[in-house]
Amino acid sequence: MNSNSIVDVVAGVLMVLGALMSLGAAVGLLRFPDLLTRMHAATKPQVLGSLLLLTALGLELRSWALVPLLVVAWIFQLLTVPVSAHMVGRAGYRTKHVDKARLTVDELDDVVARVERADDDA
Amino acid sequence: MTFLDGSVLACGVLLALAALGAVVRMIKGPALLDRVLAADVLLVVLASGLIVNMAVSRNTNNLALVVAITLIGFVGSVTVARFVQDRRRP
Repeated sequence: MNSNSIVDVVAGVLMVLGALMSLGAAVGLLRFPDLLTRMHAATKPQVLGSLLLLTALGLELRSWALVPLLVVAWIFQLLTVPVSAHMVGRAGYRTKHVDKARLTVDELDDVVARVERADDDA
Repeated sequence: MTFLDGSVLACGVLLALAALGAVVRMIKGPALLDRVLAADVLLVVLASGLIVNMAVSRNTNNLALVVAITLIGFVGSVTVARFVQDRRRP
């Protein structure tokens, strides 16, 4: 087995693992019961999945010159996915899409109550 | 059929199932925010498909598209989440 085919095998394994992450996100979307758990499942595995897929692409093209661009693609994924997850969670909380009976701890509730009391006093 | 061909085939099947799951969630809803999340997942699955395609055909034609998707893909969901409203409230 020469080194060329070893790189191919590693790239293939990484690609399948990355695709499995996408499938995991979709299964989480389908199976989980409410908005916050679905948000969790939809946004977390994709970042690792895209890292694995971009690594596989870099291995398959056998190019060091491509690595900065792949890193940029992944860093942007890492930066933007939490933003959309946060905005969806925030909008869900504020518009009563979140089922509070399912939450074990709701730390935001205390903060909201305190702010409302402060508003009443003022 | 080499190992790489087999893994690309497996990737295609897995990504197709993932896209199908996202579309099912987009149809079923139940709320607007669930559909937005499903659209986000579908976009990342699309980018993953582009990456696999580039890896198997050994070119970088779609790399700019992948970077653009990761850069501005979140704008849609942030916009919808910002303007979603509670209809029950007066």
